[in-house]
Amino acid sequence: MSRHVAVVGAGPAGLAAAAAALRAGARVTLLDAAEEPGGQYHRMLPAAFAATRPERLHHGWRGFDRMRRHVLGHPRCDWWPESAVWSLERSAPGDPRPPRVHALRGPADGGRRERHVLAPDALVLAPGAHDRVLPFPGWELPGVFTAGAAQALAKGERLAVGDDVVVAGTGPFLLPVAAALLDAGSRVAEVLEANPPATVLRGWAGRPWELAPHHGKAGELAAYGALLARHRVPYRLGRAVVEARGDGRVEEVVTARLRADWSVVPGTARTVAVDALCVSHGFTPQLELPVAAGCALRRVSAAESYVQVDGDQLTSVPRVYAAGEITGIAGAPAARAEGLLAGWLAAGGSPAAPESHRARLRRDQGRAFAARLAAAHPVGAGWPGWLRPDTVVCRCEETSYATLCDAAGDPAGGAARTVKLGTRAGLGPCQARVCGPTVAELLARRAAGTPGHPVEGLAPATPHHRPIAQPIRLGELAAPPHPPTQTPNQHEEENP
Amino acid sequence: MSPRLIPAERDPAGRRDSVLRLTVDGEPLEGVAGQTVAGVLLAAGRRAWREAPSGAPRGVFCGIGVCFDCLVTVNGERDVRACRRRALDGDVVTTQARALPGGGGEGAR
Repeated sequence: MSRHVAVVGAGPAGLAAAAAALRAGARVTLLDAAEEPGGQYHRMLPAAFAATRPERLHHGWRGFDRMRRHVLGHPRCDWWPESAVWSLERSAPGDPRPPRVHALRGPADGGRRERHVLAPDALVLAPGAHDRVLPFPGWELPGVFTAGAAQALAKGERLAVGDDVVVAGTGPFLLPVAAALLDAGSRVAEVLEANPPATVLRGWAGRPWELAPHHGKAGELAAYGALLARHRVPYRLGRAVVEARGDGRVEEVVTARLRADWSVVPGTARTVAVDALCVSHGFTPQLELPVAAGCALRRVSAAESYVQVDGDQLTSVPRVYAAGEITGIAGAPAARAEGLLAGWLAAGGSPAAPESHRARLRRDQGRAFAARLAAAHPVGAGWPGWLRPDTVVCRCEETSYATLCDAAGDPAGGAARTVKLGTRAGLGPCQARVCGPTVAELLARRAAGTPGHPVEGLAPATPHHRPIAQPIRLGELAAPPHPPTQTPNQHEEENP
Repeated sequence: MSPRLIPAERDPAGRRDSVLRLTVDGEPLEGVAGQTVAGVLLAAGRRAWREAPSGAPRGVFCGIGVCFDCLVTVNGERDVRACRRRALDGDVVTTQARALPGGGGEGAR
């Protein structure tokens, strides 16, 4: 009987993992929260739009389309769209099986979704990442979007978020976002990269041979540059949006020149009239499932952790593999290489096979690219200087910067857990998905040199531990799981 | 101006739209089949439809189901992420505040 591999996430990493696992002979269940595969990178148009030329909106559509059709149409693949994985249940100690996968199938946040439980032989986690946005005065105003939201709305809904838009933050992702906005008919007033030219150049320019395998990306960047030039959109470095203003919605933004550490250069503020603002200060990996599975994390800073994997994409938990942005932010090609390796090995493919060798090579190139990306587009330490005492840090609970500072400075209450309970930062509906890295960074800085007051008997607090990874209604929790029909192609087993 | 849908006739992706109808806070609202609830609301020029604990207006922020700023009630079910829920013809959408009508909140998630 062939192995059953469950793959969570159908973006570039998950789709590649499914393809490789199928090639190695496994049965695959591929789950994704969306209705179509592709993740954020290949976010597809809804079928109901009946688009005749969807490829116009995508880079590398043909390769993606080929892989999508191959995987979804494969007789050993069971494709589970609209499936929210809300829990991973670890096996008993000594039981070699990977965690069981609890999923809800049906329309998002609907109350009558079906509960399913999968017990695979191996698990590949590829849930991806979302934008990180640092707080600034006014970032909670309607009309302020993450850059990812603007792109998702343009690509997946064919919607322009505004007429006059500023795109600001850090990283090459700002460019495709600006391109998507222009394509949707918005005027992009300017694109602001917070890091100054020296930082960006130092990050990208050294050891040029490492970038040779990524010449495709250079071409993509050049195309975006040409597009911005054609639309006369200035791309400014060392400048950021430090405030958004408006009555009930964003009406203007304040931009300012930044020093290398992202502190504001006095006297450089400028206001720009906008009806939408798109911001992104890097990405946050979606770690709730790896943490639920018990995977060890690789801590980069107080605000940044990724799943620790070995040279085979294996996590610290047997038979649990990780691929894509949860192991490091490296972009779609690296995610695909990681997925290929993870899926192949999870399915029992030989580590010595040419497939493994090729995927490892491309994965290593991806990691080198990720290191360059991180060096060229860091988050500067001076950004809290943008905050005022009344600036909202936690959007859900409207916890202010002053409240957070007071709690962090209290010698009895400086631990992350106590600050959370005392200020409610991170306790709202999003469960710290948005403010988590910010709060962790601010607390780490306030507490520098002092121990984190761990509570006896409790593991140190981490913003990534969410026992319920996705919202589930109590009625759904109470309902019994759907009968275990999770084995794709059961008829094959019945007729060996 | 405000968010808006790219007209189908000049969409390079070659869309063929069919209309769907929602009721939002008792008012009829037209959308396009395939849009999310957030997409319909944004395309209709609505940028905010939820109240934070202080009463401050909120709409879409992350657009991919992470931030929960865009929660709405759909067909009587509270706390549906409008950016994740596909709109269906005849859906009855009501906007919601953080506080429940009878007091309490969303803390029990």
